[in-house]
Order: sequence, then C-alpha cells, then structure tokens
Amino acid sequence: MGIYSCLGKTLDEVKTSLYTGKSGIVFDPVRKEMGFRSALTAKLDEPNLKGVLSRNQRVYMAEECKYAYAATKDALDYAKLDLDYLEKHAVGLLYGNDSSADAVVKSVDTMREKKDTTLVGSGAIFQSMNSTVTMNLGTLFKLRGINMTVSAACASGSHAIGLGSLLIKWGLQDIIVCGGAQEVNPFSIGSFDGISAFSARESEPTKASRPFDRDRDGLVPGGGAATVIIEEYEHAVKRGAPILGEIMGYGFSSNGDHISSPNVDGPANSLKMCLEQAKMNIKDIGYINAHATSTHVGDTNEAKAIYNVFGDQKVPVTSTKGQTGHEMWMAGASEIIYSMLMMKNDFIAANLNFENPDEDSAKLNIPGERISAHFDTFLSNSFGFGGTNSTLIVKNL
Amino acid sequence: MENQELIAHINEVLADEFEIEVSDITPDANIKETLQLDSLSLVDMVALIENEFCVKIQNSELPTIQSFADLYAFIGARMSK
Repeated sequence: MGIYSCLGKTLDEVKTSLYTGKSGIVFDPVRKEMGFRSALTAKLDEPNLKGVLSRNQRVYMAEECKYAYAATKDALDYAKLDLDYLEKHAVGLLYGNDSSADAVVKSVDTMREKKDTTLVGSGAIFQSMNSTVTMNLGTLFKLRGINMTVSAACASGSHAIGLGSLLIKWGLQDIIVCGGAQEVNPFSIGSFDGISAFSARESEPTKASRPFDRDRDGLVPGGGAATVIIEEYEHAVKRGAPILGEIMGYGFSSNGDHISSPNVDGPANSLKMCLEQAKMNIKDIGYINAHATSTHVGDTNEAKAIYNVFGDQKVPVTSTKGQTGHEMWMAGASEIIYSMLMMKNDFIAANLNFENPDEDSAKLNIPGERISAHFDTFLSNSFGFGGTNSTLIVKNL
Repeated sequence: MENQELIAHINEVLADEFEIEVSDITPDANIKETLQLDSLSLVDMVALIENEFCVKIQNSELPTIQSFADLYAFIGARMSK
C-alpha cells in the first residue's frame, strides 16, 4: 500500500491521523476570490519530483499523476517490487481517475489567447486525458501488463481494485497496481461547487465534513492518490511479498436512475452482490467503511441501504470523509487503505463530526469517537454520479 | 539586444527549461543531444523560443537548426527584421 493524502504522506502518518481524528480540511481564500460558493477543501501540497524524475518525465504529469507517482512508488517498495522485476514481468495497472481539469483549462486558455497550438507544449495532451495517470505510471514504472484507467466518478478507485481482483481471479494477471487519484486544484471542482454540492460551513472548516450527522450540509472536496498492489496469493507467497489482506468480494451495480441523486436499491444491490461473491454473511463483517460524503440525500440513502442489508446487526459504520473530505476518484482506493490501517491496528477512527444522528443514521452503529476494535473483515462502499456503485470486502491476513 | 547578450539569454532559458548547466552549451554542440530532446520535447523548445523571443520556428525550418550556433543565428536574424 502507498498513499499521498491530506492525512499524511506515509502509512504511519496516515495511521496516526486516523487515530487522533485529525482533519485535513481548510478554507482556501483563492477559491473565494475565484467566486466559489464554498472555499473549503482538503489541503495537500504537490510532491516535489524535481531531482527524482527528469524534466522529460515530469512534463507529461498532471497534478494527480504526481500524487499517484508518490503513492505508487511507496506501494511498490512496500510490496518488494523493483524496476528490474517490473521490466521482466507482465505487471498490470488499473487506476481510477475521472478528470484532469487543470491541464485542460490551461491548454485551452493558451490556445484561446495565443491562437497557436504549438504553444500548449508537448505535455498538454498527456496531462489532459483521463488516462493521464495510467499513461504516466505505466511508462515510469515500466509496467507490461494490462494498462487502463477506470473512470466511474466517485467509485473509480474501488472499481479499479474490484476489476483487478477479477483479472487475478481469472488467472489473467499475477500482479496489478491498482488505485485512485484525484486532483485538488480549484478548476477541477468549480462546476461541482456550482451545483451547491459543497458544505457552506466556511467558518468551521474542520467541522464542515460531517457524514451521517443531522446537520450536514454538503461535501468538502479532497484528493491525492492511493495505491494498493494486488497479487495472486500463491504468487505473493512464493515471491516473499508482505501479504496484508485478501479481497474476498467485489460487488457492483448501477442505479439506472437520476444522474446525481443516489437511490437505495442500487447501493443495496452492490452490497448484496459483494457479500454473495465473498460467500460471506453479514455476521462476518466487522466494520463498514461507508461512502457517506456528508450530503443529505447520499448519506440518508446509504444509511437506508446498509440498514436494508445489515438490519439490526449493528456492525460499526463510519465514513472517513469527516477527516479527509471527499477524495472522489481516489476515495475507493484510499478508503481501502484507511480501513486496512485501522484493521491492522485494532481501532476504528471516529466518524468525525457525527454529533447528532438523523432518523436513518440513528439505526446504524456509528461511533462519533474512536473506538478500540479488533476485526478481521471489512466492507467498503463507493458510489458515484450516474448511479455507479462498487463494494469491496477485504479480509485480514 | 547585443549578440552576446542574446546568446546568453538563449542559453539561460534553454538551460533552465531543460535542466542542464549553461556551461554544457557550446556553439558547435548539437542541440538535440545536449538538451536531450526527443520529438516531443523539441516542440517544447520551439514553444519556448516563441514565448521568450517572439520568434516562430516553422517545422520546415527545423532541419536547418542543428547546433546552438544555428539557433543563435536564426533567432538573431528574425529579431533584427
């Protein structure tokens, strides 16, 4: 695993942030000057890759690629995979990403101003495409297996891991680099702000993202990148790789409904399919990492979907987005890492800012404070615009 | 701009963009080899020259510019027009 997030740039830093309930959310005055309704965002500095990668390597990397490079380098090191190995074996790459707005905006600005396409430079096309992350990571790490970006809105990272697990299950790949990346620049989410999706609680940035809380008023955008290396079990054993967990199930569904408003049946179907694929019972699940983004309808319908499937089982449910904001294309991957860190360290981080339940969240077991908990299996939900749903179940090893 | 000043300016912007030392640049050196340009980064050099000196190098003119001396002469000639 490797991660570059507002909660830290190493697994240890992130674990500590989860444990202490640190919020990564700030007020960004630049967004206010740009006319944003809400200037709240997760704070994240770009990694400085000068001296690490050459100019001719960096020039093709959009913001989110830099996060993904940092996370993937750490994940590959952790998994004991070096460039020599990667050059000699068909290691795959499936990464979630669904925008590269900053690069697009800058190149269009240049074309409009200068009326000369040469002046957008050679990097623009490679930075502008949704597949910018997989183009760059595939090249930089000499990857020779499947190489594909998964664009499925806020479920992108989760689907990338789920699809990767199927390719391994079917024997088509031994190792796949999976993950999700999300740009944090204002251009990437201005249109999101335009539909009033963001919390307007600007006077209290660290209290703005409050999944499942009665007084939530919208999400807070975040980002970065998270990478998990998935590998066929026997292959990993033979290689002497550190094995952290097993992907037991991948469930998915589409709502076939409204483009932005989620429903209950779609997510519930994804949960049920995941349990079936994992051949598991609701009693086997020790923790649920919810998608809950701190929006009214989204959290309500997810709470209903979880209750529909889990009933009064009272499995602890939290959304880490109270700390991170919504990491969107990255979230499905980062939340696997957050959950893994909690599972490995016997705690469940507080569902930050969960002070008062509403009618639906009251039916779930949502700890507003960190709890000590030993669990060996967790379920992670990710849902996205267009009604795309993805659920993963991971077991401790 | 005097010729030596122009040459120093060209060397400075190229060294800065392509991350080499100014001292690595000599008039007779091959531009592509010295700046490690491939077909893509060559586009960036053309864009850099256009942005910095308002001199457009057409694709058809590129083959005539092999050394730094060629580039100094090309830019100098266009700027004096």
